[in-house]
Amino acid sequence: MEHHLLKYLREEILPTTHCPGCGCGQVLNAFVNAIDTLRIDPRGIISVTGIGCSSWIPSPYFKGDTLHTTHGRAIAFATGVKVIRPDSNVVVIAGDGDLAGIGGNHLIHAARRNVGLTVYLVNNYIYGMTGGQVSPTTPFGVVTSTTPYTNAEYPLKIAELVAAAGANYVARWTTYHIRKLIASMEEALQTKGFAFIEIVSQCPVAYGRRVGLRDGVAFMEYFKENSVSVRKSKTMSEEELEGKIVVGRLARRERVEFTESLRKIIEEQRTGTGA
Amino acid sequence: MQTDRATGYLSTLAGKVQFALGDEAIAYGALFAGCTFFGGYPITPASEVAETMARELPNVDGYYVQFEDEIGSIAAVIGASRAGAKSMTATSGPGFSLMQENIGYAIMTETPCVVVDVQRSGPSTGQATKPAQADVLQARWGTHGDHEMIAFAPNSVQECLDVMIECFNLSERYRHPVVLLADGEIGHLREKLVFPDPADLDLFPRGGFDAADEAGLVEPMRAYGEGNAVHITGSTHKENGMRDVVSQDVHERLITRCCAKIDKNRDNIIRVEERFMDDAETVVVSFGADSRPALGAVVRARNEGVKVGYFRPISIWPFCGERLTQIGKRVRKILVPEMNLGQLAREIERFVSVPVVRVSKIGGVAHSVEEVYQAIIENSRS
Repeated sequence: MEHHLLKYLREEILPTTHCPGCGCGQVLNAFVNAIDTLRIDPRGIISVTGIGCSSWIPSPYFKGDTLHTTHGRAIAFATGVKVIRPDSNVVVIAGDGDLAGIGGNHLIHAARRNVGLTVYLVNNYIYGMTGGQVSPTTPFGVVTSTTPYTNAEYPLKIAELVAAAGANYVARWTTYHIRKLIASMEEALQTKGFAFIEIVSQCPVAYGRRVGLRDGVAFMEYFKENSVSVRKSKTMSEEELEGKIVVGRLARRERVEFTESLRKIIEEQRTGTGA
Repeated sequence: MQTDRATGYLSTLAGKVQFALGDEAIAYGALFAGCTFFGGYPITPASEVAETMARELPNVDGYYVQFEDEIGSIAAVIGASRAGAKSMTATSGPGFSLMQENIGYAIMTETPCVVVDVQRSGPSTGQATKPAQADVLQARWGTHGDHEMIAFAPNSVQECLDVMIECFNLSERYRHPVVLLADGEIGHLREKLVFPDPADLDLFPRGGFDAADEAGLVEPMRAYGEGNAVHITGSTHKENGMRDVVSQDVHERLITRCCAKIDKNRDNIIRVEERFMDDAETVVVSFGADSRPALGAVVRARNEGVKVGYFRPISIWPFCGERLTQIGKRVRKILVPEMNLGQLAREIERFVSVPVVRVSKIGGVAHSVEEVYQAIIENSRS
């Protein structure tokens, strides 16, 4: 019998090109589970991605309309799509290098605008596709191919940044918390306004081998042991939180979604009730 | 697609005579062409295009979004175009440089969009408020990889509007980004502008691909939301849109077709203006703002009996080289007044064997009639 989620995938190009132990498959699995549970018609989803391993999660593997764009710019492309097709579910899946690094400014301003995108940032702490260079989320002190004497920079708390920028929904989960992640992905898909989940994921090949986590299982145990809930984190000191992954929902607001405001302006011009 | 309300609104403007800026005429040209999405970032001397669009787009059921930078602007313009809207942005040199990567994306994904570059003096911040015509080659070769380009350079406020409509039509017809290569002189020039009647305009509709392209090289665009799982990528892709970045023949087929669809249709794209050419022994070739003093100088020299002609490329890319080759066989010299150090002259030299004289002027000021006239006289003595 055919798997009930296979209908969401471009079966003809499976298996994926992701490495053994990669978290991208788990994210794809969680994504199609969320869509299936919500009974969202895939024809109403437009996936917009950038450059990097995680951008391949929906493009090409998810069987829906896709716009596979340039490095870092997926959110800006997606904003144009959402303005013109406000009734579509416009979903961005991309990595830490893409969304927190080269495209960081687009992420901040899309959150500020509160444009109705669903953004899943797959954070594997590394530029994996190019072979393991330091990224904006790589922890301090880690050796990578471009920090051969250890990383002298501190990692960006990207989910907290997006929450501060004004997004309607912000959460962080790991690939270990798969059921919580699916539930969170559903909440994000149902959010009007900018919805963002940082999905802490694993890259055993380009990152794990640098830090003694050589396969997917080792990462699952690491995520399990080092995650603390948002509630518990509030009782902990900064020193106690060092190296911990704070998981859970970080923001939920009800600000009016951006394209709705744009359409309201048109309506007010049409009826002569505007400024 | 224009809504009835949009057509109704534009009809109320038909025939109105304005005293308008070139930048405003560019914006109205876009509105009459059916543009419903503008993504932009403020920059002198192009900001009035954005301001006009911000004010008028809600009247035609369209959307103005100001982005955090020019990279985001062009990205959103391409996204909006894929989502079904005729889309544009407007910028100047520094912003145009930032847009180059995604202009390549529009070429590779065959996404229509119009990019207005109201040229200013550079490189870098240069003379930020002063005009120049020095992005001729950036417009052609700014993005990486093999590609063609379509670019037009208007020389009056009225032509800004008229040519803008043509830019949208060509962009939709050939599924290719089109650059309106205006300049700060024309963008900030205020002169007479007459609005057209929308009923008189021949607009190329989105997806209107019946006999769109005489060479048969442009495929219809597949729309989102219809269950086709449309896959769009800037990576090399097969005819069905799916990525194939390893096959030599797939890349060659895609890129040669994308180039050929412009090259083989060049006679349908190229537009030039010729005056006093029949018995001309010397020809002045000039475009955009600098073509105005150039024409003034040619008329003055003609009145004094000098056999000088005037040739103005309205489309800069694809280049009108074949026509200039014909002209080059029967004239002695070609003079090229331009507000750069010889970018157009360099291109002309590839097509003619007679001397091409650079009449360059940079520093944010167009030539005077007197300066071009003196160049004509100096180069017309036997």
